[in-house]
Amino acid sequence: MALEPRFFLMVSAILFSLGVVGVLTRRGAITILMCVELMLNAGNLAFITFARQAGQQGADGQVYVFFIMTLAAAEAAVGLAIVIALFRLRDTTDVDDVNLLKW
Amino acid sequence: MLDLIWLIPLVPLVGVAINGLWGRRLPLRAVGAIACLAVAVSLLLSIGAVWQLSSLPEGARFHAVSLGTWLPLENLHVAWGFAIDPLSAVMVLVVSGVGFLIHVYSIGYMAHEPDYARFFTYMNLFMAMMLTLVLGDNMLVMFVGWEGVGLCSYLLIGFFYDRPFDARTGLSCADAGRKAFVTNRIGDFAFLIGVLYLAVSYGTLNFASISEAVRHADPASHGMLVAVGILLFLGACGKSAQIPLYVWLPDAMAGPTPVSALIHAATMVTAGVYMVTRMSALYAAAPEAMAVVAAVGALTAIFAATMGITARDIKKILAYSTVSQLGYMFAACGVGAYVAGVFHLMTHAFFKALLFLGAGSVIHGMSDEQDVTKMGGLKAKMPVTFWTMMMATLAISGIPGFAGFFSKDEILAGAWSAGNVWVWGILAAAAGITAFYMFRLIALTFWGRFRGTDEQEHHLHESPTLMTVPLVILAILSVVGGWIGIPAVMTGGADVNLFHHWLAPAITLPGAAHGAAEAAGHGAEAAHSAATEWGLIGLAVAIALVGIFLAVGLYRRGQEAAGRIAASVRPLYNLLRNLYWVDEFYDLVVLRPFYRLSRFFAAFDRWVVDGLVNASGITMDITGQIVKLFQTGYVRNYALMFLFGVVVILAYLVSM
Amino acid sequence: MATLAFFVLAVLAIVSAVVVITHRNPVISAMALAFNLVSIAGFYLLLQAQFIGLLQILVYAGAIMVLILFVVMLLNLRHEPASHRGGLQRWLAILLTAGLVYVLGRAIWTEHAAFPAAPAGFGTVENVGQALFRENFYPFEVISLLLVAAMVGAVLLAKRRL
Repeated sequence: MALEPRFFLMVSAILFSLGVVGVLTRRGAITILMCVELMLNAGNLAFITFARQAGQQGADGQVYVFFIMTLAAAEAAVGLAIVIALFRLRDTTDVDDVNLLKW
Repeated sequence: MLDLIWLIPLVPLVGVAINGLWGRRLPLRAVGAIACLAVAVSLLLSIGAVWQLSSLPEGARFHAVSLGTWLPLENLHVAWGFAIDPLSAVMVLVVSGVGFLIHVYSIGYMAHEPDYARFFTYMNLFMAMMLTLVLGDNMLVMFVGWEGVGLCSYLLIGFFYDRPFDARTGLSCADAGRKAFVTNRIGDFAFLIGVLYLAVSYGTLNFASISEAVRHADPASHGMLVAVGILLFLGACGKSAQIPLYVWLPDAMAGPTPVSALIHAATMVTAGVYMVTRMSALYAAAPEAMAVVAAVGALTAIFAATMGITARDIKKILAYSTVSQLGYMFAACGVGAYVAGVFHLMTHAFFKALLFLGAGSVIHGMSDEQDVTKMGGLKAKMPVTFWTMMMATLAISGIPGFAGFFSKDEILAGAWSAGNVWVWGILAAAAGITAFYMFRLIALTFWGRFRGTDEQEHHLHESPTLMTVPLVILAILSVVGGWIGIPAVMTGGADVNLFHHWLAPAITLPGAAHGAAEAAGHGAEAAHSAATEWGLIGLAVAIALVGIFLAVGLYRRGQEAAGRIAASVRPLYNLLRNLYWVDEFYDLVVLRPFYRLSRFFAAFDRWVVDGLVNASGITMDITGQIVKLFQTGYVRNYALMFLFGVVVILAYLVSM
Repeated sequence: MATLAFFVLAVLAIVSAVVVITHRNPVISAMALAFNLVSIAGFYLLLQAQFIGLLQILVYAGAIMVLILFVVMLLNLRHEPASHRGGLQRWLAILLTAGLVYVLGRAIWTEHAAFPAAPAGFGTVENVGQALFRENFYPFEVISLLLVAAMVGAVLLAKRRL
């Protein structure tokens, strides 16, 4: 059986959903960041699949993935810095303890 | 001067402004002087205008002045117009003349009252409104005055707003004012419908235009004219206290006595008569309406007279008398004797105002006692008051030579010549009763022994000059005022009825075409032989004399004799004493259901209307409480809500 | 052969993702994530995107994972306490995500297409480099600015005293 794009996309969708569940379910800030990375990667996979499908314009797709990776790196760095700052303040990384924005 | 007639109603407004805004800081003398001066200026302007009017030829006595447009509507054009003709001339002289005398009287009478300035402010306001009423050249300007005098009546009746009035019914002075206003309002409602009906039919509310349009009206509009006639008359019933809307006038005696004299004797209550006379062309085309006017007038005349027989409050006796005499005036208009009606309006203004002012003098001297059964023998201590009131009583009883005689006689003659024997009979009987209760009042008040307390006897005194001079002037007018209307039959055919000459051209009589009114009037009178006329006059005088003798005989020495008669006809006596229970009837049939309806609407407003508003508020509150629960503060919950939205949108996009 | 590789890689990726999202210990989660990133790199290779696959390993599995592990060690996180708030959040999340999978699955699985033949030099450094420095030159420069901003931000946020 030959590989079809929809196989890859299905995997991408599953990985993305797993990432979503992780973000909504876990309480540690760093774990949540990891799940976000998971979602971004799933998105990258979809991009590459489409790039491969696109043929000549496919190079652009890979460039976008390049950019996304860069962004993810920057975001991870800044996000972790925030977690560190929060930890210094609250002595915990539990996001449920950061609950002042309510009625 | 004729071009300045618009100033006549406006000058008293200057008095209103000054006394209203600064009256409390001015000395008492100044307040009274300003008020009287304002009226005096109006009086002088009126005299000047009438003088100029009289210099015009007989059929052309009319002058109109317009101050600008009020309603420039497409199908109705109303202007701020004033006009003067013989009818308005009579009214304006009576109003400003008698008004002036009463203002002077009030300076003395109200001297010990607080709120002195407020009184004169209201009095001047009343004068302005009444003069607007009689000088307006269209129905709307007249209506402004009509409503204005109603307002002033309310303000002045309830002048002593914190005092009780009638112990028997529990009415306070404020209640009396309210009663007057509301009753008037009912009449005004009918009046307004009539006015609107006219406006829709003729596209104008100008008196001259309406009269002209009615003269050329086609027979199909007859029903409309009758309806309008009756509607307008209903308004007059309210304002001039006829059946069924007279109930406010006796309770209007809660106001100060000068108010009773001015408003409820001489001027405001005569507005209805003026209006009916002004619309004579309309009534001429609607004989059914005229019949209604005559019937109601005659009935009221005798009905009210009977209530005066048993009344004990000196002012209430005079109030019933006023209602009765107004009935005479309307009966006169109803049978076509408009000139007689207005003549009686004038003479009545003189002697009724005098009677009220005299009553005020008596009350003043009796330290505010108003019950005639507690008076007696005042003749010696209050001679001026006694003799002037005697003049007025003789006039109202129709004794020959006095003013009332000539005017009443003309009304009776008018009724007879119109072929209306019933009206003549009722009015003649009422005349007898009138003479009776008036002399009863005189006898109980001034003759016999003093029946009051020693304290009152000690303070008994004649009133100051400022109060007695107007009494004397009015007494003179009550005597000579009638001499300008002496009928032809008494002068052996010579026509010296000046009043008739003056007024007749301004009135349209039924059956008469253009301008033949005077000839028709005279012709009708001459249709009877002199003998018939003299016979009728004699009969009327005889009836009056019978009434006088009865009264003097019964009451000369107090009420013991009358008391025995009353005891023997207890049911009849009770009927009269309780005023036929008309007020109680109205309360049961009109007021109580109305209050029940009001309470229902109040509850509706509170529960349904307010309930709806409150419900929306409560809904918002509950919604807020629910939505509040979504703001948990936990980031993960917010992310979950985010996901929910994303899934929904994606599903929508995918399904497309 | 390629298909076999694909399914193996798919299983590995999904299992490691599940470990990431379920394991209590953040270090184990990080390890699992690294494993997941490498399998994704495998996918890239399967799709003939060599350069990107290489970058994936270098940048993601290399730099980013190390960074995350650094912070985990720095904060000395051992394990996550259990949630004391009730399971409604968890069940709703799973439910909604299932919905998400369904919606996406429906959109994806109905598209029957095949891979066209790869153009010559697809995925090579040269190809990607051409695309990067020709059409997407400006975004490239801007990205570098973004990196500078991120660096500055990270340093500032993490300082003990400003």
